[in-house]
Amino acid sequence: MNMTATKIEVETATPAATVAPVVALTPKRPPRAEAYARMARETAVRVIPPLVVIALLTLVWELVCRRAGSALPPPSKVFADTRELIFDPFFDHGGIDKGLFWHLSASLQRVAFGYSLSAIAGIALGVLVGQSVWAMRGLDPLFQVLRTIPPLAWLPLSLAAFRDGQPSAIFVIFITSIWPIIINTAVGIRNIPQDYRNVAAVVQLNPLEFFAKIMIPAAAPYIFTGLRIGIGLSWLAIVAAEMLIGGVGIGFFIWDAWNSSHISEIILALFYVGIVGFVLDRLIAGLGKFVTRGTAQN
Amino acid sequence: MTAYLKLDHIDKVFTRGAATTEVLKDINLTIEKGEYVSIIGHSGCGKSTLLNIIAGLTGATTGGVLLENREVNSPGPDRAVVFQNHSLLPWLTVYENVRLGVDKVFAKTKSRAERDAWVMHNLNLVQMTHARDKRPSEISGGMKQRVGIARALAMEPKVLLLDEPFGALDALTRAHLQDSVMALHQKLGNTILMITHDVDEAVLLSDRIVMMTNGPSARIGEVLEVPLTRPRKRLELATNTTYLKCRQRVLEFLYERHRFVEAA
Repeated sequence: MNMTATKIEVETATPAATVAPVVALTPKRPPRAEAYARMARETAVRVIPPLVVIALLTLVWELVCRRAGSALPPPSKVFADTRELIFDPFFDHGGIDKGLFWHLSASLQRVAFGYSLSAIAGIALGVLVGQSVWAMRGLDPLFQVLRTIPPLAWLPLSLAAFRDGQPSAIFVIFITSIWPIIINTAVGIRNIPQDYRNVAAVVQLNPLEFFAKIMIPAAAPYIFTGLRIGIGLSWLAIVAAEMLIGGVGIGFFIWDAWNSSHISEIILALFYVGIVGFVLDRLIAGLGKFVTRGTAQN
Repeated sequence: MTAYLKLDHIDKVFTRGAATTEVLKDINLTIEKGEYVSIIGHSGCGKSTLLNIIAGLTGATTGGVLLENREVNSPGPDRAVVFQNHSLLPWLTVYENVRLGVDKVFAKTKSRAERDAWVMHNLNLVQMTHARDKRPSEISGGMKQRVGIARALAMEPKVLLLDEPFGALDALTRAHLQDSVMALHQKLGNTILMITHDVDEAVLLSDRIVMMTNGPSARIGEVLEVPLTRPRKRLELATNTTYLKCRQRVLEFLYERHRFVEAA
């Protein structure tokens, strides 16, 4: 029995050795045209269904709103009314009479400010609360109450404090988006496996190295969950806040359109708000994916 | 006989609220330089706690650990640990995981290039140079543990602490890795303290086996010398009478005199 077994092994071993280089010389790569065809197919599978749904919904909308006396305009009228706004987003007639690009960029700037502040402060506070039991006991109840306050409820208070619309809007964004960042960061820090802490202890990392090399990478998936929720909330809050503070910004654009009964403009603005919100969400998600690559599964 | 590592009357009591549990009671042990000592006992007997005390990750309630006659009570690279579940940092590559320790330990004594060479040298010792740029999620369990061993070795510890290093591996990989550790011990002459619950592993690898009684208040029940010559060969030992006697002795201790109590 033993003899035959060894013999088989020897026989199979020899051809394997000669086959190996041949395999290496012919890399398995499908022809280029085929790869493109497959890519096109994959894109089509993703793109066509939503396009069909959108087309159907637009058709229904058109049919419903077409009748005379309808309160809302059909898509064809929306397009006709907002032609100028769509094709020339960069005009600037002074005051708040600007193209949609300027309104969106003003809103985005406020979000960028407020959100950056809340990301920095949120991660810092989250680390504190996650790391220190006493900080958690002291601060967590406070956070749990504060985070339930609706964004706009903060606006009068911040207007009273800052006496200006711009910083108030930024503050509203900050206070709205900071809670999920704090809470998720804290959970991430608390969930750092004891093993990693032990490794750091044996290697004798100092607190700063521990923060940079263990804490942040280990908690990164949680932190990015918080950041992603935060950016969504920021965008929700800014539109509402701008309606009240006025000036240039997509929120006030909508409010202004309502006051002048330009319903088509409202619909167009909503469309843009949705698209920008979606892009922001994807940006943070993509950033998170890039930063936490390889760390998700252990 | 000079004690290299000395465990001096170690007691450990855990206190939670009003309840106190005495885990370890009066542990005394001396280990010589270059010796391979295993600590064996049923689960829950406090052997991992003991290793954590030696590593400095947990403090002893009374008593202390002396390494080369100096008390050690905080963790440090002189007592590098190979953790049971490898504990590699998943966001670092194999190379970076080993490098992390090397950079700290040899920050002043080795240049950048020397540290790089030293990392590669240690990866080579465990035959893992081929995977230097892989992340832990991309290599097998056995390979992870090899890297864990390389990381510990690379810190040039005075004592290498192995916390059930092969517990999470399948039988074949485990045997393979045990052989590797034996070869490394032979080659480098490290002082090694290993926690295990595998009788064969203990007898195969150790110079001495420390058997612990069941907790609470676990003590050292018996210390068994394994008078087998090195290098040891797994296959030859299977029929070796000394090996079988040692094995028998440990089994008797664990399953007759200190049987695991379910209720505990």
